[in-house]
Amino acid sequence: MDPVVLFFLLGAFARIAKSDLRLPEALYETLSIYLLLAIGLKGGVEIAKHSLGAVAPQAIAVIAMGAMLPLIAFPILRIFAKLARADAGNIAAHYGSVSVVTFAVGIAFLARQQVPYESYFPLFVALLEVPGIVVGILLAKMGRESAEGKPVQWGPLSHEVLLGKSVVLLVGGIIIGWIAGPQGIDPFKGLFFDLFRGVLALFLLEMGLVAAGRIADLKSRWLFMLGFGTLMPICFAVIGILLGKMLGLSVGGMTLLGLLAGSASYIAAPTATRIAIPEANPGLSIGLALGVTFPFNITLGVALYHAIAQRLA
Amino acid sequence: MQTHPKKLLVIIAEAALEKLLVKEARHLGAHGYTVAEVHGGGATGARDADWEGNRSIRMEVICDEAVAQSIAEHVLNSYCKNYSVSIFLADVEVLRPGKF
Repeated sequence: MDPVVLFFLLGAFARIAKSDLRLPEALYETLSIYLLLAIGLKGGVEIAKHSLGAVAPQAIAVIAMGAMLPLIAFPILRIFAKLARADAGNIAAHYGSVSVVTFAVGIAFLARQQVPYESYFPLFVALLEVPGIVVGILLAKMGRESAEGKPVQWGPLSHEVLLGKSVVLLVGGIIIGWIAGPQGIDPFKGLFFDLFRGVLALFLLEMGLVAAGRIADLKSRWLFMLGFGTLMPICFAVIGILLGKMLGLSVGGMTLLGLLAGSASYIAAPTATRIAIPEANPGLSIGLALGVTFPFNITLGVALYHAIAQRLA
Repeated sequence: MQTHPKKLLVIIAEAALEKLLVKEARHLGAHGYTVAEVHGGGATGARDADWEGNRSIRMEVICDEAVAQSIAEHVLNSYCKNYSVSIFLADVEVLRPGKF
């Protein structure tokens, strides 16, 4: 297991054992800004080395995948879990979008295994944030059941989604890295690239505390939540890996696309859906995304998806 | 020193509602407001403010009784069903009534 994951387990242990360990909120905020910017910068520098013409078709396929994933999750949640339309759409939005920290653990895993991957991948992370959320909200709002609810205000919602901190920092980092290029970014290397794994470890300590705090959400429907929270990511990861193969990505790239497809958003999606789908129960979606899928993906999922990618390559 | 009676309206809510609450309070006649980040718990569990989706705010508005009533009623009808919201009113004395 990657040592950064051990920090996550330490945080989770501290929370479960009711330790008084607590990271200041300002530090959590700072670390998440750092991680988003660092990932964006790294991707931007690499995009500068590639021609956009080669990346564009892949990018379009990746966006299409992000929009399609909620369409798979939604009927499963409606039919098998018998969830209300609002809850099914809300959870589908979370699973259609991506978790940047899961991606960060993925690149740390590949670096440790010395597996190369397409270095412009942060662009795909940014592209995958939004489409799943939009499709999930549309699914939640369709049909007669939601007639009593207020219509979605797409103006403020698109502002929330497109200008949320994760998209602004990722895309901003990519653009800065792209403009600056490898030489221009050199003076920032010490801060943004060399310290990356240390900062990720610290952030995962905090995420362990947060994720273990969601265990209470599992109480009411634990069987469904454990089942869906682990099996859905595996199915989605296989779709991502197969798409990666079709796009001609390396094994590392297939692993990462699988990991992104299998990850669930817990920053951008909850913020957007809380306002857009008020009647959905956030305990359910956040319990799943943060309490089950995030820990599963970073502890077991990454290695599993890498093994599947190697098998299918 | 002469003081003037006003109402203090306090809304404790999920941070996701902050922008909407501020906009709507202004629209309904509030001249100003104060918002602080807080954490706490209720019947459905605790909101620890340990990450984005778990933050809460406490919004205070000092205003005339009629304005306080209309904001409170609006919040009650729009948000109390689906969101974690606490809301209460108190009598306060202010020194500069024109400000509120």
